[in-house]
Amino acid sequence: MDDKRDLVILGGGLVGMTLALAAASKGISSHVVDRADPAELTAEGFDGRASAISTASWNLFANIGIADALEPFACPIERIAVSDQLKPGQIDFVPEPHEGSLGRMFENRRLRLALYEAAERQPLIAFHPGAIVTRRERGAHGVAAQLADGRVLEGSLLVGAEGRRSPTREEAGLQLAQWDYRHRAIISGLTHSAPHEGTAWEIFYPAGPFALLPMLDDEAGNHRSALVWTVAEKDAAGTLKLSDRAFLAEANKRMGGLLGTVTAAGPRSSYPLSFQHTARIVADRLALVGDAAHGIHPIAGQGLNLGLRDVGALVEVIADGMRLGLEPGDAQLLARYERWRSLDSMSVALATDGLTWLFGVPGKTASAVRRLGMGGVQRLSPLKHWFMDEARGVSGALPELLKD
Amino acid sequence: MVDATQPAASKSLPAATIRAEEAAHFGKLAAEWWDPKGSSAMLHRLNPVRLGFIRDAIDRHWRLDGECVRPLTGKTALDVGCGAGLLCEPLARLGAHVTGVDAAPENIAAAQAHAAGSGLTIDYRAGELSTLPAATFDLVTCLEVIEHVADKRAFIGELAARLAPGGLMILSTPNRTPQSRLLLVDAAETVGVIPRGTHHWDDFATPDELRELLAGAGLAMGEPQGIAFSPTRGLHLSPDLSLNYIVTAVRSA
Repeated sequence: MDDKRDLVILGGGLVGMTLALAAASKGISSHVVDRADPAELTAEGFDGRASAISTASWNLFANIGIADALEPFACPIERIAVSDQLKPGQIDFVPEPHEGSLGRMFENRRLRLALYEAAERQPLIAFHPGAIVTRRERGAHGVAAQLADGRVLEGSLLVGAEGRRSPTREEAGLQLAQWDYRHRAIISGLTHSAPHEGTAWEIFYPAGPFALLPMLDDEAGNHRSALVWTVAEKDAAGTLKLSDRAFLAEANKRMGGLLGTVTAAGPRSSYPLSFQHTARIVADRLALVGDAAHGIHPIAGQGLNLGLRDVGALVEVIADGMRLGLEPGDAQLLARYERWRSLDSMSVALATDGLTWLFGVPGKTASAVRRLGMGGVQRLSPLKHWFMDEARGVSGALPELLKD
Repeated sequence: MVDATQPAASKSLPAATIRAEEAAHFGKLAAEWWDPKGSSAMLHRLNPVRLGFIRDAIDRHWRLDGECVRPLTGKTALDVGCGAGLLCEPLARLGAHVTGVDAAPENIAAAQAHAAGSGLTIDYRAGELSTLPAATFDLVTCLEVIEHVADKRAFIGELAARLAPGGLMILSTPNRTPQSRLLLVDAAETVGVIPRGTHHWDDFATPDELRELLAGAGLAMGEPQGIAFSPTRGLHLSPDLSLNYIVTAVRSA
């Protein structure tokens, strides 16, 4: 039997590990369990898995002490350009000089390295990688997770952070509302001849959005972007199987020379797009964070940022409660977490959902409406600022840990 | 709604001051105490609110850092009318050596079982305050109890005798107003938010009456804060004292 800790976090990915570190910054101890082996997750090579880190999320990284180590690997997003099939009338989101950047792009691998490194130095975190959870228990006085090797990890609160297919959520019977887009996101790392100048492109095609996110040049000075290419489910297998040459030709066709010529693409991977939302993100001694609580369509790059807002809110609620002598699994604290988060995640998800729908309608009339709509957004400054604030993650009631 | 709560109010007073029918009523509720969705749901919801007041009062009284995790380390605390330990357990986690007293043995049995499960050491005593060994405490809390007490003057006197020099006392109770009669007694008990028979409105004390009672025992009452309810904020501390209020008291200079 290992030592009893405040939190038993199932899932040590970007959200779960950030939660452990943020909790530790408030003196809250944790067990973190992950099935994967960290050496594999941090192996060399850019596979295109990248994340946009909003200003608010960056504040969180600063507050848990990993921002300095990450800064050299950040590619600042200077501008977000949204275009309908590369026709005229694109929307540009450019912040005023005093507003700072729209966010920073990172390879997920870099984020993981920084998180693991910080966790290793943190005695309040007990990390159990390469471990399978065979049994979860939530009782009157605490929680326990049994691992395949027989170890039992005890705590006050169980946290499900295993992503959109969270077995912890399913076992707790928390219902998911789910819209399946019947689309799949194909992601890859691209090398291209022209610099991206810090621009994140979202190019909408009737078949689905094609997003290019600026990455830092590699050591050899090659310009790079992360590609998130949405295709219909029925076309996904074919696209994944394309030869490298054919894939490059397809990418070049859809980018219209925006970034010069695409010269190389990294390994391709894909995941199905579905919007999920649970009305309930807590149960007795259980809280869900990140995609386990709400899968989200990646076009607006909000998935991880939303998960990190979950982290900030949950840690704040627990720390506030422990300051009053309440334990982390206290039902009143979890109720506050759920109230706080439900509105935020629902509004982001619905806005993102609406955007996808708007751009998913084929035909000339629809395209004209979209361009008109985009021109409208360009002119309508409150809406534009909402979009920009959303991209930077500074709208809504922000947890303290996500503030400057 | 304010505190409605209290199922438990417990009474730990001199024998003559306890109403026998009330003790039986609360004993029945003891087993359900720790279910946050059970008959004490209001009390569970009230807990973070009153703990917030208590924490601030502790920090101010002993000039502590608001962030410190165990502000009561090295201090003794007595919770009178402790029920099944909803307040004792947080006080123990804040570092205090806690004694809990309740007139209903069922409450004390539930409290002991729960503390053992939580891995907390708390000295629980069933019976009257007067049967406790002679001792005084740095912190004395008595929440949602005095409204159930017949001889309030004698009871406050006993509480005062338990307060160590330089100590801090915290009390909360429903106010006696038309609003509290309507909401706490009539409406809340009718719809079942608060167990029927929990409150007798005539026994409620106003802040002025409580100040006078405390002064009679040599204690100076602090500024009362209301515990109010709104649909958007739930239960919260408020300047509105009309339903329920919570106060500090210290020995008069």
